[in-house]
Parts: sequence; structure tokens; C-alpha cells
Amino acid sequence: MKINGEVVEYVAHLGRLELAPEEVELYTEQLDRILAYMDQLNSLDTTGIEPTTHAIPLVNVFRQDEVDYNFRVEEAVGNSPERKGSFFKVPPVIEVE
Amino acid sequence: MEGLLEKGIRAVRDLLQKGELSSEELTRFYLDRIERYDGRLGSYLRLTEDLALTMAADADRRIREGTDGDLCGIPFGMKDILCTKDVETTCASQILKGFVPPYDATVIRRLGESGYVHLGRINMDEFAMGSSTENSSFQITKNPWDLSRIPGGSSGGSAAAVVGGLCAATLGTDTGGSIRQPASLCGAVGLKPTYGRVSRYGLVAFASSLDQIGPITRSVEDCALVLKVIAGHDPLDSTSVPQPVPDYVAGLGKDIAGLRVGIPKEYFIEGMEQEVRAAVEGSLKTFEGLGARIVPISLPHTEFAVATYYIICTAEASSNLARYDGVKYGMRVEGKDIIDMYKRTRSRGFGGEVKRRIILGTYVLSSGYYDAYYRKAGQVRTLMRGDFDRAFERCDVIVTPVSPTTAFKIGEKTEDPLTMYLSDIFTIPVNLAGLPALSLPCAFDSKGLPIGLQIIGKPLEEGLILQAAFLFEGERKLKKLPDMFA
Repeated sequence: MKINGEVVEYVAHLGRLELAPEEVELYTEQLDRILAYMDQLNSLDTTGIEPTTHAIPLVNVFRQDEVDYNFRVEEAVGNSPERKGSFFKVPPVIEVE
Repeated sequence: MEGLLEKGIRAVRDLLQKGELSSEELTRFYLDRIERYDGRLGSYLRLTEDLALTMAADADRRIREGTDGDLCGIPFGMKDILCTKDVETTCASQILKGFVPPYDATVIRRLGESGYVHLGRINMDEFAMGSSTENSSFQITKNPWDLSRIPGGSSGGSAAAVVGGLCAATLGTDTGGSIRQPASLCGAVGLKPTYGRVSRYGLVAFASSLDQIGPITRSVEDCALVLKVIAGHDPLDSTSVPQPVPDYVAGLGKDIAGLRVGIPKEYFIEGMEQEVRAAVEGSLKTFEGLGARIVPISLPHTEFAVATYYIICTAEASSNLARYDGVKYGMRVEGKDIIDMYKRTRSRGFGGEVKRRIILGTYVLSSGYYDAYYRKAGQVRTLMRGDFDRAFERCDVIVTPVSPTTAFKIGEKTEDPLTMYLSDIFTIPVNLAGLPALSLPCAFDSKGLPIGLQIIGKPLEEGLILQAAFLFEGERKLKKLPDMFA
């Protein structure tokens, strides 16, 4: 699949980025070349091969489901750019008609 | 203070314990050097002088009381990706400017328990994405052997600072070569441990299945000392390996007679500098002189490593970096609604390379392309692990170059991301397979730039790698301090 400006803009939207027109142009050209390079993987037959997600196999790392608060509320929200009391403050998420 | 930079951590610790040197004097020695030299090197983003002197005073007290750990009183510079309680941690990104973690990364906690001193925050590629430290959104770091060249990346600031004598030791992080490549290009010793050997808790995540923290030091012995302190199981990182930590220092000096050193034919490629090839081939003679046996091996899927890596790491990065949304920490740019606020914040807060990787990673994970890219890359990763498994039936360690070239010029590769990505070809396979690997200097080229050698081991065999590297280093006795920092 050939990548174009529309695809780059759509993917940028999914990644919550807005791009200037010159960025769209630059990334379209660069991603096209990078994805073409990645297409070399298609020359390998990988039928029936399990993908590796982690290099060292570790399974079922469990712990007791016990409350273990490491942070005071003040520490947890202390870095937020905008807050109200002990809450993060964000612009309206739900439109009110 | 004469000759202090030539001494390893163990020798400096002897002076501290005998009372011939205090940690406060040592800390002021490094702070003075940073003041004098870092203007030209650009390795530190911010100094923490008050904290350093407080920690030094505390170290001196512990030494007097006899409660000091192995690194007590030793000044470190810290890569700005490791969360440190009450110390601004930015990942060299605008989006995290002003972020002050309320907790310590596990490696920072362990260094603290040992009694280290925190000099300041060290420059890096933004979010550890890059091979030259040119992607920092704050400043350029230069190579200590030639100020017109890059120090490598992403831990370029760490390697430059330790080689320039602006800290006694430091930590880097390595996702596709970010410890080993800058160590190679600056002439430091850098170790990427086995995936899971060192806890990632408190490391700002880039690609979680690949990231590992490790030491960058001036000698192999220093590297072993630091690894011993930071390694070990951590319940706060579920990918941490529950295995005891051997005494890496105790094995140094043991002979390597009969060691089988594998040489992969796929690592001597076209496009590699002739001097790098000659230096690595010459290194094999040194290993033979030490009683090792050279075994030709094959890692047939090496040519697919870069494509595989840049699918996996960008996919994981696009997911990990979703957390920077202008709500919980860092910067916020107001917008007309919440989506608009997210977009404005992220577009202003992230630099060009980070945005490129988020877009690429989002693309390879998006509906309809997941199987063709991410699943396929995971399958090729399995094949690459199999390559190493088969090779290690015939050899004990694998020796390769670290980088196809020595340090390149500032600005030389910034216009062409693919060429920059291809410079990671020899370090990436190790991350994909989760193996430990060390970079140490083996020669200088005709321009006076260091050339690194990579020693790769089986999982959790850091001790054997360090043992081989220690003897090699003793045979070579290369110059460590660049003239302009002497």
C-alpha cells in the first residue's frame, strides 16, 4: 500500500497529533520510504511461527490483591498542569445541549 | 586530586575509606570540572549542586560510621529518563518540562542505598529516540574526542560525560543500542544487561519489550561494580527476572582459556568502514592470545533486524507515549475541546523524531495493517532468537563490531531518518533477542576516534562477558581521557 497525505493525516489524528501542511508532506515522503524498506520482511515465510512479544519468557506474575498506596493524593496529582482540589481538571468531555 | 580520573571506582573508594579523600572533595572536583569543561561538551542539562553536596556529606558520614555501600561517595551523572524523587526529570522533551517525580526509579533507589552522589541530569535524544543525541529538544552534546562530531545516542550525554571526566560513572538505557553505540563512539564501556536483569520501574518507557538500563563507565571493573548494585529482582517490575545476582567483580581476572568466541559472518557488511573491520579482526588475535578459540558462526536473519526493530519499537512507543496528554503531568496547550487540547499539547510538546515514530507506530498497529507489520515483526523476532540459540550451541560469547562507522559529523544524518536507523544494525538484534551485550573500546581510527567492540552473551551471562572484556582491556591499555579534557 502506497502511503499518501490523507493516510498520514488520519494516522496522526489517531495518535492525537495535528500536523502542519509541510509536516504532512515531509512525513508522507519519509514514511513511504521507511515502509518500503520494511516490506522486505514479506520475503520471509513465517507460516506457523509464534510471534515473540517478550524476549525472556515469564508467565503469570501474580501478587496478592492488597491495597498498597505508595503515594499521597498530593503527590499523585501534584504534577498536573491544572487541577481542582485533589482532581485533574480537563476541558468538557460531554457536550451539554 | 592528581590522577583521580585515571583511578577506577575501587581505588577511589579505597582513598575514601582510608580518609585520604572525602566525598565532598570528590564531588567538588567533578562540579568544578563540569563548570570548566561542559560549556564545550554540552553533556549536562541541569546540575543539582545542593543535592550533590548534601549526598556527599551523607556519604562521608556513612563512611565514618562504616555503613557505606560499594558506591558510597561516588559521583554519578544521571540520564534524564530515570525518575528521581524531587528532581526534575524531562526525558529531554518539552512535554515533560517541569515534571518532578514523586518517587525514585528502582535503580536510583539502589544507588541511593549504596550511597552514590547525584551531580545532575544528563542530555539524551528525546524519549531515547535517536542515535546521535541530536534529537534532544534542549541542546546538542558533542563527542569528547572531536567536538564537530556526535557522541552517539540516545545515551550520548552519558557516554560523553563519563569519557570527558565529568562524572565517575553513569547509567544509560538501551532499546536498540542506546548504551552500546554511544559507548563505542565515545570510547566508554557500556553494558546492556539481559532483559529483566535490571528493574525498569521508574524508567520512562519507550519500547517496553526492549528497554533495559545499564552502566556506562570508564573501565570494565567499574561497569561490574555498578551492575552489581543495580541488578536484581524487583516486585515492582513484572518483567524482572527472579534470579540471584552473582558477584560480577569476583570473576574479573579469571582466565578465558578455551572460551569459544563466535564470529557471525553477517556482521561484516558492505558499507562498514575499513578501519572498523580491521580493528575488530585485530581484536580476535588478542582473544586468541588469551587462549580463546575463534568459531565462525551464522546469524542468518540479521539483515531483517532493522525493519523488525522499527516496527516493534514504534508500535510500543506509540502506545507508551499516549500518556502525555496535558492532564497528569508536563505541559498543556489549551484547545477548544478535550481532543483539541490533546492534539495541541502533543504537537507542540513532542519533537520531530518522536512524532515520526508515533505516526509510524500508530500506522503499523492500525486496523488492517496489524498482521502485515506488527504480527509479522513478532514472528521474525522469533526467528532471530532462534539464530542466537543455534549459534550459542557452538560458542560461549559472540564478538562483533558495535557500529559500522566511527562518530559521524553533527548534522550529517539528520535529514535522512532511514540512514540513521541503519546505523543501529549491529546492536538491534541483541535487544530483539533480550541478550546481554557489552561495548568496549578496541582501537582508535586514523582520525583519532574510538572504535568499539561488542561482546554478546547468553541470557544472564553478564559475568562471562565482563570476565572476557576485563582481560581484553588489560591487553589493549588504550588511552581513556581526551587531551582537551586532561
